Amino acid sequence: MIDIQNLDKSLSGQKILSGITLNIADGEKVLFLGHNGAGKTTLIRCLLGEYRPDCGKVSVNGHPLASERVEALRKIAFVPQLPPPIRFTLNELFEYASKIGLCSIDKIKETSLYFGLDANAHKHKAFYKLSGGMKQKILISVAFSRDVDVYIFDEPTANLDAIGRDRFRELIGAPEMSNKTVIFISHRLEELANVVTRVIELDLGRVVRDERTLTVSA
Amino acid sequence: MSQLFTIAKLDFFESFRSRWFIGYAAVFLLLVVAIFLSGVTESRVMGFSGLTRLLLIFIQACNIILPIFILVTTVRTIAKERDSNVFEYLLSFPVPLATYYWGKVLGRLLVIWLPLLLALLLALGIGLAQGSEIPWRLLVLYTALLACSSLTFLGIGFFISVSTKSQELALGMALFIWLLLIALIDIALIGFLIQQMVPDNLIFALALFNPVQTFRIAAIALFDPVLSVIGPTSYFLLDTFGSTGIIAYALSYLCFIGFLFLSLGYLVFRRRDLL
Ligand SMILES: Nc1ncnc2c1ncn2[C@@H]1O[C@H](COP(=O)(O)OP(=O)(O)OP(=O)(O)O)[C@@H](O)[C@H]1O
Ligand SMILES: [Mg+2]
Repeated sequence: MIDIQNLDKSLSGQKILSGITLNIADGEKVLFLGHNGAGKTTLIRCLLGEYRPDCGKVSVNGHPLASERVEALRKIAFVPQLPPPIRFTLNELFEYASKIGLCSIDKIKETSLYFGLDANAHKHKAFYKLSGGMKQKILISVAFSRDVDVYIFDEPTANLDAIGRDRFRELIGAPEMSNKTVIFISHRLEELANVVTRVIELDLGRVVRDERTLTVSA
Repeated sequence: MSQLFTIAKLDFFESFRSRWFIGYAAVFLLLVVAIFLSGVTESRVMGFSGLTRLLLIFIQACNIILPIFILVTTVRTIAKERDSNVFEYLLSFPVPLATYYWGKVLGRLLVIWLPLLLALLLALGIGLAQGSEIPWRLLVLYTALLACSSLTFLGIGFFISVSTKSQELALGMALFIWLLLIALIDIALIGFLIQQMVPDNLIFALALFNPVQTFRIAAIALFDPVLSVIGPTSYFLLDTFGSTGIIAYALSYLCFIGFLFLSLGYLVFRRRDLL
């Protein structure tokens, strides 16, 4: 369960988030909407303990990010908006994910194969040299290979090909995901329409809409 | 602990493959080769010959270029990882911040030490091949000196990286600090300060607290101070503390500064936004 209370965050002296209070229960599939610059990514970074709130509290499964960051992050898998130019080779990235994120390398490779990407064929290649979509598939595969309760996808399907999108929807809709919390940030509503159970809209750093949708996950 | 070694190892290999590392390693190895080819090992000047002279010239060059190399590569790579959101992804994993920070420090330290060690081994190899007498004491001292001063500048580099918010600023700070430290070892400047009746104690303090100067004094402390190209401060210090005292002070001071800035950097890293 994710608990955000009265969260304020400024960056470079400018208020980006103000007074965000949200409670996301286990198993909810939440879609965050909002214009470019609304503060979605900033909110996620607070949730990951990467930005320290000016005031307010953020906790995951009862672990406050401020004091129990590692315990909270053990339960979160995250795929960023833009795959960063990580200089690790694929093998090294998998080693990082398995040692730090506690997941199996075979599972990551299996998942990426499911996305139509043979990680073994690129294992000595630097991650940043892969194509945009390949990077995204790898990061999504890492996320799905971890044993977590919360998944956070910031624009997950932006660079994916048709197979990638289909597979992503399949994985999200799989029965074992029904009790997992998933946060999507996306500008493409229609893609996730039949998975999402709640829509939260941000504007200028505030929650301006919070609705539970009629459709429930399959 | 195993997480820390994983991070150190990954950072080590990442640096090892990078262009800056190849340039850095090439500079120090080529420096040894260039000094050798210039023929200084053959000639006998001021009583020194062979490997001793090669090492003496090498260490003086390192005194100036090692700080800038370490500072620039450290701040550029660390600040770039933050700016390009590599940290955003890697730090979303459940890694303790201490493990991540000190793992990276360890990886960098090894990557910086390796070429220096190879350069010294190359010098030793040249000495052995030439059949010249091997100045073991000097070799050990210079190895220690390079190791300790790498730590100093790595520490300053990490501190700058985590306390600045952009790559450009970090790079600017690194260059400024280097220039400042270099300027303060300048004999002309020290002479000027003496002329201007700046209190002697202040001048000695400037010399003792400047890691570049500390390095320099220790590097020449084993030789007769009278004939070396050292300024009046170094002369005074050698005279007062003796060469062993100076060397012991230098090595521990360099390590102290290194750990101090690494620790300050860690505190800043923990307290502030990670991105
Ligand atoms: N490091 C930073 N320093 C200063 N301002 C920042 C920083 N990062 C983001 N901002 C500002 O914060 C606001 C929110 O940015 P954020 O990235 O959270 O938006 P977003 O909702 O994710 O937008 P998008 O849909 O384009 O991804 C923007 O106005 C942005 O300019
Ligand atoms: Mg965003």
